[in-house]
Amino acid sequence: MIEITERPIDTQTVIRSVEDPAAGGIDVFIGTTRNHSRHRDVLALEYSAYAPMALRTLEQIAGEVRQRWEVRNISIVHRIGRVEIGEASVVIAVSAAHRSEAFDACRYALDTLKKEVPIWKKEFFTDGEVWVGLEGTTPGEYGFPR
Amino acid sequence: MINVNVKLFAIAKDIAGCDEIALALEPGATVSSVLETLIERLPRFAQWRGHVRFAVNYEYVSTEHPLAENDEVAIIPPVSGG
Repeated sequence: MIEITERPIDTQTVIRSVEDPAAGGIDVFIGTTRNHSRHRDVLALEYSAYAPMALRTLEQIAGEVRQRWEVRNISIVHRIGRVEIGEASVVIAVSAAHRSEAFDACRYALDTLKKEVPIWKKEFFTDGEVWVGLEGTTPGEYGFPR
Repeated sequence: MINVNVKLFAIAKDIAGCDEIALALEPGATVSSVLETLIERLPRFAQWRGHVRFAVNYEYVSTEHPLAENDEVAIIPPVSGG
């Protein structure tokens, strides 16, 4: 399953979607909202997406995974909207006959997602908010890296 | 003229104050024409040269990519999914 959802992610559903009798292991990555970022307290994150392209890019990543490793199934679910501390923003699950492929494929999918998929997150602090990736800006100011 | 629809996201949307702009460009226009046109209307966009990527019809493209009628162009600020 490749999905973008505004609802809380049901990790068990994602795991079940990759289960396969020919799999010897399932690697699952859950990205969770951390309560700190660059020494500041984070209250929550808010994700937004260019949904049609994000889905297409996620499908492309899944295709690349299947080409490069022997995996049985891969599922990626990304959440958008407000995500509270500790909640899951993304779940990636990969099943494979052998654990090495499952680990490597899952890591690749996450690393590539973070570089390529048109999804953005905004961090909310007590004294402002900032779009992640614009390091160097001050709280409440919108700008680009200096 | 070539009519394209420009989608703006995240910081680009905040600064433009909207998430979509319709543009009519000269024949032969490329993706870089989109950014230059936006900069004419909103000079704050000038700081983005070199910091944003572009997509046309859901695929990343270079700034030299030629535009066609009804293309959907997206300004893609630094992504931060996951």
